[in-house]
Amino acid sequence: MIGTGILKGMAVTARNFVGSYFDKERLITIQYPEERNPLPENYRNFPFLIYDGDDPHAGLRCVACKICEKECPPQCIYIVKSDDKKPDYMGKPQFYPKVFDIDISVCMSCQICVEVCPFEAIKMDKEFELSKRERFDALLSRKEELSKSNDYYHKIHPLEAAAVDKNLADAAAVAEAKKKAAAEAAAKAAAAKAAATKPPPAGDAASVPGKPTPSSQQ
Amino acid sequence: MDATVQTIEAMERPPVTMASRLEGELLEVSMGPQHPSTHGVFRMNVALEGEIVRKLKPVFGYLHRNHEQIGEHTSYLGSMPYTDRLDYFCSMSNNWAYALSVEKLAGIEVPERAEYLRVILAELTRLQNHASLLGFLLSDMGAWGTPLMYAFREREKILDLFESLAGSRMMCDYMRFGGCRLDASEEWLARAKQIVDRFPEFLDEFEELILGNEIVIGRTQNVGKLSAELAISAGITGPMLRASGVNYDVRKVDGYGFYPRFKFRIPLGNHGDTYDRLMMRALEMRESVGILKQAFAQIQPGPIVNPKVKVRAFRPPAGEAYGRIEAPKGELGFYLISDGGPNPYRYRVRPPSFINLTVLEDLCLGHTVADVMVILGSVDIVMGEVDR
Repeated sequence: MIGTGILKGMAVTARNFVGSYFDKERLITIQYPEERNPLPENYRNFPFLIYDGDDPHAGLRCVACKICEKECPPQCIYIVKSDDKKPDYMGKPQFYPKVFDIDISVCMSCQICVEVCPFEAIKMDKEFELSKRERFDALLSRKEELSKSNDYYHKIHPLEAAAVDKNLADAAAVAEAKKKAAAEAAAKAAAAKAAATKPPPAGDAASVPGKPTPSSQQ
Repeated sequence: MDATVQTIEAMERPPVTMASRLEGELLEVSMGPQHPSTHGVFRMNVALEGEIVRKLKPVFGYLHRNHEQIGEHTSYLGSMPYTDRLDYFCSMSNNWAYALSVEKLAGIEVPERAEYLRVILAELTRLQNHASLLGFLLSDMGAWGTPLMYAFREREKILDLFESLAGSRMMCDYMRFGGCRLDASEEWLARAKQIVDRFPEFLDEFEELILGNEIVIGRTQNVGKLSAELAISAGITGPMLRASGVNYDVRKVDGYGFYPRFKFRIPLGNHGDTYDRLMMRALEMRESVGILKQAFAQIQPGPIVNPKVKVRAFRPPAGEAYGRIEAPKGELGFYLISDGGPNPYRYRVRPPSFINLTVLEDLCLGHTVADVMVILGSVDIVMGEVDR
C-alpha cells in the first residue's frame, strides 16, 4: 500500500526522538564550551619544543639541526642556528636555535617534524583553542611560546612521554658506558703505546646509539 | 540556485531578453553545491527548457590546489599528508593508495599486522563514507537534517576511532611506506569491533527510514540511468559502475593487501539508475561489516612497520609504478615516476570522483532540474579530489 514506507520512516524518527530522552546512545550532542569530550591520548594538532628541567633556555633539547625545517611539507618552520654552544642533556656542547618560528596558519599538523627529529625535541601539542584577534604576527609562534616543559608533555601524552624518557635515559646510559669503555680503552692503549708504538682505537663517545647524528644523514 | 541571464556561449548567441525567455527559449541557470561542507564548490551551467535539462556544462576548478605539482616538489614522505586532503572523507584509503604505489616503486614488503590494520581502516573508511553519502543524498533530495544526522551519528563514532588511533579525525596521515605509523592497542581493536558489531543496527534503521519510502523511490527510480556500455567506455569505477551491472572491483581484480584472505561478495545493480546507486552503497556497507568482522578475528600481534624503510632521505630506485585500490568512490590510483631522487619526477593521481563526474551530462539530460541534484549526489563526488 502506498504510504507505508513513509509511515515506517516516521516510526523510526519517532523512535529516535522519544529514545533520546531515555537512551544516552541516541543523545549524542555535546554542548561544547560547557561540556567537553576528553581528548584521546594520540590527539595532535600543532608542534611545540620540549625543554628538560625548569629553564626553557638551558634545558631546550633542540640543537638547531634544521632537519624538521627541511622535511616540513608546507615549509612552516624557520630556524636560525646560534653562534655559541650550550651543553645538552648529556653535557655535550651543542648549538641551540637562536630563532625558532612555526607559522601555525601554514602548519597542517602532519607530525612529520616529530618523526624526523633525532633528538626527541619537537612533539605535538593538544592545545586547540588558538583563535587570535590579529591576522599577522599572532599566528606566528616564536621560540618562547613554543618551548614547553617535559612535565607538560607528560601531562598531555603520558604513555608516549614515558617511552621517550626511557629511550633518552637508555641512550644516555649507553653513551656513558661507551665513554667509560673508551676511556678504559684509551688508558689501555696509552699503556700499550708506552710498551709499543701502536695507534689508540678511536671511539666516538658522545654519539647517541640508535639515533644517528644529523651529519651522518645528510 | 540562482537564475542568471548569462549564456554558456555568450559570444556566439544574442543576449537573452525577458521576451525571448518567455517565448520558450533555453534558460540558462547556474546551479551547484556551493558550500564546501557537502560535496565541495562546484557549478553547473544548466540550459533548461521549461524544467527539462537540455544541456549541462560542469564548471570546476574552484578548489584547485596544484596537488600534483606539489607532489613533485616535496619528498615522498611529505606527500603523504597532502593525500589526506584529496578526498577528505576517506583519508585512510588515500594514504593506502599512495603508500601502495610507493611500495611498488621501491619494492617494500609490508608486515602482516600492518596489512590487517590497513584493511580494517580502509573498510571503516568505506562505512563512514557511504553512510555520509546516503545522508547527503537524502539531504540533496530535500530530506533536510534527519537522515544526515543519523548518518553522521554513525560516522562520528568511526571518526572518533580514527582520532584515538591516528590523532586526527579526518586528516589521519596514518600510513607509512612499509606499514603504519602507530600500533592499535587491544582496547582500540575491542572498541572498533564493538562499533562494527552494532553497525548493522544502524543499517537496518536507515533502510527502514529511507529505502522503502515512496518519495525516495519516486525521486530515484528511473532517474539518471547509466548504461553499462557508457559506464565502461567512460572509465567509470566503483559503486557507480557496479550499479550498472558490471562486475568490477579492484579488491577482487587486483587482490591487493590481504583482500584475497576475506570472503565477501560484490553487490551488483540491475538498472543503473539512482536508486541502484543508492542501494549499492547500503549493500556494500553490509559486505564491509563482514570483512571487518573477519579481519578482527584474524589479526595477530606483530610488527607494524618494515624496519628497512628509512624515514629520512628516502630515495626509491629509478622506475615507475602505478598503485591502485578500491577507494569508497571508485578506483583510486597513484602513478609515480622516480628518477632516483628524493622527490618523484612525475606524480599523478587518478581520482575516481573526477572520472565518475564526466558522465554527469549524459545522466542529467531529459530530467528535471530537481533531479540534477539527486543525480549529482548519487555520483558521490568530493571536490577536493575532483579539482586536486
